Amino acid sequence: MQRLIMAALAGGLFGAGLLVSNMVDTVKVQGWLDVFGDWDPTLAFVLGGAILPMALAWRLAERRKVAALGTPIPARHDPRLDPALVIGSLLFGAGWALAGFCPGPALASLTFGGWGGLVFVAAMLAGMIATPALRARFAPAHP
Amino acid sequence: MIEPDWVWGFVGGLMIGAAASLYLLVNGRIMGASGIVGDLVDGSGRATAPERLAFLVGLIAVPPLMVPLTHVVDTHITDKLWVIIAAGLLVGVGTRLANGCTSGHGVCGIARLSPRGIAATALYLLAGGLVMFLARHLGGMI
Repeated sequence: MQRLIMAALAGGLFGAGLLVSNMVDTVKVQGWLDVFGDWDPTLAFVLGGAILPMALAWRLAERRKVAALGTPIPARHDPRLDPALVIGSLLFGAGWALAGFCPGPALASLTFGGWGGLVFVAAMLAGMIATPALRARFAPAHP
Repeated sequence: MIEPDWVWGFVGGLMIGAAASLYLLVNGRIMGASGIVGDLVDGSGRATAPERLAFLVGLIAVPPLMVPLTHVVDTHITDKLWVIIAAGLLVGVGTRLANGCTSGHGVCGIARLSPRGIAATALYLLAGGLVMFLARHLGGMI
């Protein structure tokens, strides 16, 4: 139960942060990517603000090795890049630019984002469900 | 000049980082939106489904409670249906192939100085900037 309450709190704080930083506004996100137009640097401040506490959290986590509720801290990935990471990141970036949404803000704005947000999330989930079949084409599979 | 949007961006960013820190230090999980929801819908995260669902309940239910406190009530998403569907499919497939999105690779990966997180972030920023240029300034599509 503790684990579920803490997960809901983390999700809620994440959503609140996305709202306060205005990252649920697709115009702000597209403005960040529009380097050759009316460039908007806000997203850099959001990412910087998020990375600062998280860098400290990682230092603490890697020293303690185990989280407060007993789960081992996730091990580091094999640092090597693979085709799936490269191709996937490029596809993600393309979709991110087209709509101005990535998964977090799309979910955070689900209740007030209108039909456009609902369609985006439905298409995103369909893509996610289809991926294991596609992934085999870019083997070797990565855990 | 520092603009208010940048300050709010930084404050919201700190909240996002605090959420990711909480999820790591208490639950022992990496706060990546695409992984949390993706492993749930493709069935690979069945063993941890309740924790994932609880996270998603917080993520989806808390922002509307805050809407009256902020100026944001509109996501300004395009009304071009094909753009929304294409973008959603690309984001869904792309983040799952890459094993992460802006939160997992961007926030958590960069903060851990993970080579994969840093590379993924550089690549999706590059593709995002390029597609924005092509679609907006050359194609006039978005």
